[in-house]
Amino acid sequence: MNTALRLDMLPMRTNATISAIDWLALGTADERRLRNLGFDDGVAVEPLHAAPVSRDPIAMRVGRMTVAIRRAHARAMTVEPA
Amino acid sequence: MNPMPLVAVVGNPNAGKSALFNMLTGARQKVGNYPGVTVERKSGRFTFPDGRPVELVDLPGAYSLEPSSPDEAVTRDVLLGHQAGERLPDGLLIVLDATNLDNHLRFALQLIDLGHPTVVALNMVDLARRDGLEISPERLSQALGVPVVETVAVRRIGKDAISEALGGEVLNRPAGGRAGPHDPRALSTRARAIAATATLSQLPTRDAAGWLDRIALHPLAGPLIFAGIMFLMFQAVFAWSEAPVALIESGLLWLQASASSLLPDNLLRSLAVDGILGGVGAVVVFLPQILILFFFILLLEASGYMVRAAFLMDRLMARVGLSGHAFIPLLSSFACAIPGIMATRTIADPKDRLTTILIAPLMTCSARLPVYAVIIAAFIPARAVAPGVGLQGLVLFGLYAMGILGAMGAALVLRRTVARGAKTGFMMEMPKYQLPRVRDIALGLWQRATIFLKRAGGIILVSTIVLWALLSFPQPRPGQSALDSSIAGKLATGLGVIVEPIGFNREIALALIPAMAAREVAVSALATVYSIEAKDEARQERGLIERLRGRWPLPTALAFLMWFVFAPQCLSTVAVTRRETNGWKWPGFMLAYLFGLAYLAAGATFWLATWAGL
Repeated sequence: MNTALRLDMLPMRTNATISAIDWLALGTADERRLRNLGFDDGVAVEPLHAAPVSRDPIAMRVGRMTVAIRRAHARAMTVEPA
Repeated sequence: MNPMPLVAVVGNPNAGKSALFNMLTGARQKVGNYPGVTVERKSGRFTFPDGRPVELVDLPGAYSLEPSSPDEAVTRDVLLGHQAGERLPDGLLIVLDATNLDNHLRFALQLIDLGHPTVVALNMVDLARRDGLEISPERLSQALGVPVVETVAVRRIGKDAISEALGGEVLNRPAGGRAGPHDPRALSTRARAIAATATLSQLPTRDAAGWLDRIALHPLAGPLIFAGIMFLMFQAVFAWSEAPVALIESGLLWLQASASSLLPDNLLRSLAVDGILGGVGAVVVFLPQILILFFFILLLEASGYMVRAAFLMDRLMARVGLSGHAFIPLLSSFACAIPGIMATRTIADPKDRLTTILIAPLMTCSARLPVYAVIIAAFIPARAVAPGVGLQGLVLFGLYAMGILGAMGAALVLRRTVARGAKTGFMMEMPKYQLPRVRDIALGLWQRATIFLKRAGGIILVSTIVLWALLSFPQPRPGQSALDSSIAGKLATGLGVIVEPIGFNREIALALIPAMAAREVAVSALATVYSIEAKDEARQERGLIERLRGRWPLPTALAFLMWFVFAPQCLSTVAVTRRETNGWKWPGFMLAYLFGLAYLAAGATFWLATWAGL
């Protein structure tokens, strides 16, 4: 199935739940930092704002926190729209 | 045996830790450094209910005990008793953001497992209630096994309860300090489970201040607002400082006049009036500008806007191989490169961080302002080039722009050569917007002012006195000028050979020597050189500006300005770089590449200006 929706493709202001994160592709340092910022399976996310011009990075709600990450990192996460 | 217990205040970034620390300790705080690293150590006095004093130390905010940045490493090392210059804490005060429990509990759980006597401050309970979040401190306390106290640090609620709880824990339990291994997955699950237990009721997440971000991060309005804030900030640095600067200047003149009339005309008077008052005074004069700049930086940080600015700047910084993380240290470097370089400790990627350290001195720090101000006033006519745009202001803007362009160019080259590495990411928590508290800002400014004045009193005073001595000895024989006979004059003659091709005269060479201590010393050094020399002529009370105007050709003045855009004339910056990079390799590299750039830029400017017939 190639229909998996990646977090970087999720439209702004869409509620979704993280269904899987490709931790291997991210590496341990990035994994630790993303976990610190609340990224994990089953966590609610909502893209809120994209930076001007390039639309990268993205500011998103993760759980109860607002976090900015680059698109490259968002691409490693699969989401399930709510 | 140390009689005063030590309690570490620790928590996630943006948990309101500093506000809580300020509430507990008041204005009497000590700001120092940990030996060997440049992380600030902030400590203050607090009391237990029985009146016994406790030392509180504010540790850098961290997300976990596995550090992602050098800043977080200090927090871990202190908590485990591995940090040089700090004893193992006798207790912990963990600050938790009540609106962000499931995330902040991850770190809290790790901290509690260390086994120190611990109290949890459940902070920002007012914001949690506003968001429709009801949390039971009793249930949380039960689940965590430590006392939990509700606080609202910004409104000073919870101080006595913390004293009570901390006293009970610290006085009755032995210290711990043992880190067990933590599986990050299990930790998250445990944290979420405890958060769910402690939460009595919650409304679906509501973004109360979301409208602010909708404006501040708007694709069009966002960058405009950002540019507006930056413009306002630099405008204020000049506009607001005029009155206080004039006040300090007239005060200094009065002091110099009084000292001149009180002291007999001898070497001692020359030292007091020309050396100390003249030298240190020339530097203290721009304290207002430094404070205004820091005022804005503190305001931007406390309000939560700084991270938004970093977010907006990330893509631009990515073009030269950096990330939005570098924006905050670089902005601080406009005030002073030292706090700027220290702020790079929050950058996780080592190559990203090294590049930021190496280009930080190119941001026009406030120490250059007195140099620029004197030269511009002396050589650039005060006329308008367009309605509302003065030529002097335009030149100053150009110097700032040169620094930024130079820094971007340097970053681009460094990231492809000596600091080559993988593309860095940008990950940052965006804190809630908060109305900055006057008290916290005032305290921050007070700390900056003391640090600056200590510096002026220390390194600058010493270098001014040394220069004065070099200039005054040996005393001239009749018919010889004071400058020619002095030690400094002979030194400058040697250096003059090197800087002559870029249009610098011997007085400039002379001023550059003590200006190695700090750039602003160049002004006081020029003032000292010309005022001592003036004794040989009919002693005229002319300001430095007029003296320069008569002596320097315009190309020399322009080359001198360009030199100061690039030259790393600041011993403190070199020292901080050495500490931050653990050795002499990178400060050495920094000195070489920046002096190289300065020499080329000043030379090119001199010859172009001469060729153009200026």
